[in-house]
Amino acid sequence: MSDATTADTATVTLANGLTCDIPASSPLAKLLKSQRTWVGPSAKERLGILRRAKSVAIVGASPNPARSSYFVGTYLQQSSNYRVYFVNPNATEILGHPAYPDLASLPEVPDIVDVFRKASDIPSVIDDVLAVGAPTVWVQLGIWNEEAARYGESKGLTVVMDRCIKVEHARFHGGLHLMGFDTGVISAKKQVR
Amino acid sequence: MADRDYGFRTRAVHAGNVPDSATGARALPIYQSSAFVFDSTEDAAARFALQKYGNIYSRLANPTVASFEERVASLEGGLGAVATSSGLSAQFVTFASLAGAGDHIVASSNLYGGSVTQLDVTLRRFGVETTFVASDDPADYAAAIIPGRTKLVFAETIANPSGDIADIAGLADVAHAASIPLVIDSTIATPYLCRPIEWGADIVVHSATKFLGGHGTTLGGVVVESGRFDWSNHNFPLFEETVAHYGGLTWYGNFGEYAFLTRLRAEQLRDIGPALAPHSAFLLAQGVETLPYRMQAHVDNARRVAEWLEADPRIETVNWAGLPSHRHHERAQQYLPIGPSSVFGFVVKGGRAVGQGLIENVNLASHLANIGDAKTLIIHPASTTHAQLTEQQLVDGGVHPGLVRLSVGIEDADDIIFDLDQALDAALKGA
Repeated sequence: MSDATTADTATVTLANGLTCDIPASSPLAKLLKSQRTWVGPSAKERLGILRRAKSVAIVGASPNPARSSYFVGTYLQQSSNYRVYFVNPNATEILGHPAYPDLASLPEVPDIVDVFRKASDIPSVIDDVLAVGAPTVWVQLGIWNEEAARYGESKGLTVVMDRCIKVEHARFHGGLHLMGFDTGVISAKKQVR
Repeated sequence: MADRDYGFRTRAVHAGNVPDSATGARALPIYQSSAFVFDSTEDAAARFALQKYGNIYSRLANPTVASFEERVASLEGGLGAVATSSGLSAQFVTFASLAGAGDHIVASSNLYGGSVTQLDVTLRRFGVETTFVASDDPADYAAAIIPGRTKLVFAETIANPSGDIADIAGLADVAHAASIPLVIDSTIATPYLCRPIEWGADIVVHSATKFLGGHGTTLGGVVVESGRFDWSNHNFPLFEETVAHYGGLTWYGNFGEYAFLTRLRAEQLRDIGPALAPHSAFLLAQGVETLPYRMQAHVDNARRVAEWLEADPRIETVNWAGLPSHRHHERAQQYLPIGPSSVFGFVVKGGRAVGQGLIENVNLASHLANIGDAKTLIIHPASTTHAQLTEQQLVDGGVHPGLVRLSVGIEDADDIIFDLDQALDAALKGA
């Protein structure tokens, strides 16, 4: 669920206003995490993003079954109705599907671009997302780049950051509930599929 | 879904119970099934590898049990929960997850007798050593911690029958200074009266048999975790090591804040096996629906009974922290502002003989070894629940030989007082 195996650095804003990359697990990174100012979409808005989407591209997808992106790919393929695409220039096939070298090579413009890349790479990924015209960039759990998020929003993108798309989808579609986690879902309507 | 933080009473009724997608059943369905069919071999492989969510076998997860788990997690303000077949097994899976041979636990000496023996007999035999701290001062817990070896600090929100209150925030500071979690048994408090995670606790365990279920019908336990503890702090290397039997994942690397609860289910429930039965989960989840109303009634009655006992010349002391005379009255007001539950001890004048006479002469209070029933319960700890403890352990646990323990029910307070009054009269005539 987390991308801790892929994102080992976090881009942080220091007290003097400068930004730098430091190990995500460092005490400084944790301290600065408590000083975040960017606020992403609410639970209701995240549910809306997931419901409207028909296709998801995973940038930084790995063919290694132990990696979090592989877990997310498996989950989205098997437990959602999305058309799922894998983007990795160094792989040819992931989970039985072709791996594409970049977003521009996909057969369609994806509704959500889900990103497993280190924090300092996020601005260039956002440029790629803008270039193909995808409406939403979803930066995975454990990755935080406030400047990049604000830049994406200024260009009209919907930005979700430091959240796992598998966990969020499972929160609203029953998977997290099955494992005893608090989904925060209170509803007298039947579970959405 | 509405973007709203629903209140405690709403969540007690609704959390974890969205209407069934297949049938629309409004009440919680009882999925009385040992196992669940896979969609395909691919689906089976992904479920076993924890790559997707799905039911496999009811020892690991069951949809009815999941509803109870989510409901308690929501009320405690935790990330999630894992339910077990009893309160003792909830504790055992937690301890087994965090400590192994050569490790050490720091625990209050003022624990339920079964918890003391679990730590002092069984876990000690497995090579996990426990230091019991006979003090209510967090500094004494800090002094008992062995850096590198101690894996957790353990205490009860409200101890029984002493009625002592744990300084949860102080103990959390002590544990966190040593980079270890604070585990709190909050059975007697329930989340209606105190939510330990809000005071800094990392893990909360319950015997759901007591107030959560509330009616003395069903055994069960539950472990709730906050999702805030850093399991990658190197004090718990099992969270960072490669797990061969799950395809080379690492619990922290792949699951992040979900690591503890995912591992507790996929490893401890798998290997130790104390699953909660689906029918039991249904009964417990139904009990939780009325938890706020029952707990308020329990506390209101406890206040009436404790004040009456304290004013009665036949009574020596009353150990209910809601009374200004209790040594933890201020702590109770801080941690349990509605009231410190309804389980407490009192000492009758005339000692052991009058105490036993009282129990033999009650008509409404039930003489049995349980607490947290809708009915008023009474027992003599030194000869029953705490009988396996040594004299020194009894004293450390605050158990006077003539002490009577009461679990005040939700009957009319006047009737509970009438019953105790006539039984005390009869006991004194007989003595």
